[in-house]
Amino acid sequence: MARELVERNEGPSNLALLGIQRRGVQIAHLIQTEIERAEAVTLPFGTLDITLYRDDLMVVGPRPVVGESVLPPGGVDGHAVVLVDDVLFTGRTIRAALNELMDWGRPSRVFLCVLIDRGGREIPIQPDVVGQVVTVLPDQTVDVSVPALDGKLAVDIVTISAEGT
Amino acid sequence: MNRTASSIGNNLVGLEHLTSQQIWTILDTAEPFKEISERRIKKVPVLRGKTIVNLFLEPSTRTRVSFEFAEKRLSADTVNISSSGSSVVKGETLVDSARNLEAMRIDMVVMRHGSSGAARFLAERIPSMVINAGDGSHEHPTQALLDMLTIRDHLGRIEGLKVCIVGDILHSRVARSNIYGLVKLGAEVAVCGPRTLLPMGIADLGVTVFQRVEEAIEWADVLNVLRLQLERMEGGFLPSLREYNQIWGVTRARLERAPKDVLIMHPGPMNRGVEIDSDVADGPHSVILEQVTNGVAIRMAVLYLLAGGAPDTAEAAKEGAGQ
Repeated sequence: MARELVERNEGPSNLALLGIQRRGVQIAHLIQTEIERAEAVTLPFGTLDITLYRDDLMVVGPRPVVGESVLPPGGVDGHAVVLVDDVLFTGRTIRAALNELMDWGRPSRVFLCVLIDRGGREIPIQPDVVGQVVTVLPDQTVDVSVPALDGKLAVDIVTISAEGT
Repeated sequence: MNRTASSIGNNLVGLEHLTSQQIWTILDTAEPFKEISERRIKKVPVLRGKTIVNLFLEPSTRTRVSFEFAEKRLSADTVNISSSGSSVVKGETLVDSARNLEAMRIDMVVMRHGSSGAARFLAERIPSMVINAGDGSHEHPTQALLDMLTIRDHLGRIEGLKVCIVGDILHSRVARSNIYGLVKLGAEVAVCGPRTLLPMGIADLGVTVFQRVEEAIEWADVLNVLRLQLERMEGGFLPSLREYNQIWGVTRARLERAPKDVLIMHPGPMNRGVEIDSDVADGPHSVILEQVTNGVAIRMAVLYLLAGGAPDTAEAAKEGAGQ
C-alpha cells in the first residue's frame, strides 16, 4: 500500500498522512514508517476525529467520545493529503472526514487509502489505494486489530449474533 | 467499536447533583475541544440547526462571550437577551419570557440570573435544556468545571490536591460549585475569608476553614482567589477595602513566604489591589487567562454533551457506529 501510494503521487514529496481516529491512525503510522524507510524522507503526520462531523449525531443517544484531531505540522494547504482508515463501508465516515479536512484548509489533492474495502457503500466514495477487498455479508462486521490498541495486527470477520451486539 | 460518553442529563443546573463520573466526562470531553479554538477556521458543525438563547439577566462579559463563542464554534444559532432592553423591565415574569421564547422553537437556554435557584426553577418549567451560567449565590457550574480543568492541566491531577478558596465565600456561586466539584473529585478543599463573608455551616460541605490567609497559603497547592462582590454587599460586611487588602489580600510578600509554589486562580473580574495584587495576578504562577481560554472548551463540551439525543435512543444509534 505504501509503495502504491508513492507511485500514485509520483514520489513521496508533498505527501501528508492523516489517520482517521481510532484505528486509521495506527494504520497510517504503519504506512508512514514504511514510506519513510523506503524513501528516506520524513512525512508530516496528523490525526482526524470525525465525531463532530457525523451525520447521525442528532439521532445517537449518549454522546460519542470525541477523539483527538491534530493537524499535520505545516498544515494541509498545498499538500497531497492521504486519508487513512481501517475499513471502508458506507462511505459516511469519509464524507465527514473530507468535510473536516476542507475546513482545515485546501490540500492540493486528497487520496483515500484503506486497509479493507468491505463494499456496501451508501455514498459515492471510492478509495485510491486498498489493502484488500473483502466480501462481507450484511450481518458480519470486519474487526481490524492493530498492535498499539489490540496487541496484534489482524483482520477478523465476525458474524453478529441474532440478538445484535 | 463506538465509545460513548456517559450522559450528564438534560440540564446543567449545578455540580451538586452530578456524579464524579459525570464531572470527569465533562473534563475529558473538553480536551479535544481545546484544539478547535486553535484552528484557522474555528468551527465544527456539531450543533448546526440548534437554536440557543443566552438569557443574561445580570451583567456579564466573560461568561456571556465565552458561551457565545462556544455556541458559535459549534455552529449553533444564538440570540442574546439582557435585562436592559428586554421585556423583563416591563415586568414580564421569567417563566413568561421563557415560554414566549419557546413559542419561537428554541432548543436551549443559557441563563444568568440574580436569584439563587432560578436555573432549576426554569429547568422544571420549560422543555428546552437549561444551562446555569450563574444563579444568585447558588452555583456557577461551568466556572467550577473550567477551574478544575485548569488545575488538571497544570498539576496533572485533582485527587489529593489542596485547594483553598479565598475571599467572599458567602456571596459566591463560584465557591459553592467549586466546593461541590472538587470534593467529588477527591481534592481537599479549604476556604478562607473574613467571618462575615463565610456562610453558616460551611464546614458541613466537607471543607476546612482557615482564619488567616497566611495559613491558607502555607497549606495550599492552589489558591482560587474570589472577587469581592461589592454589588452584593448591602453594607456592614467590611470596614474598608484597604483593610481587606491588608488582612486578606493575596500579595507577593505573602506568597514568597510559602514553602512551595502555589497556583494562582481568579474567576474574574479582578479588583486589583483588593483581593489580589497586580504582581500576583500577572506573576509566573498565575493561570488566570488560561482559565478564560479553558472556559470556551468547557462550555463547548457541556453544549456537546447536553445537545445529544435522549439517552433512550441510544440503542437505535449503536449500529450506526464506525466504518
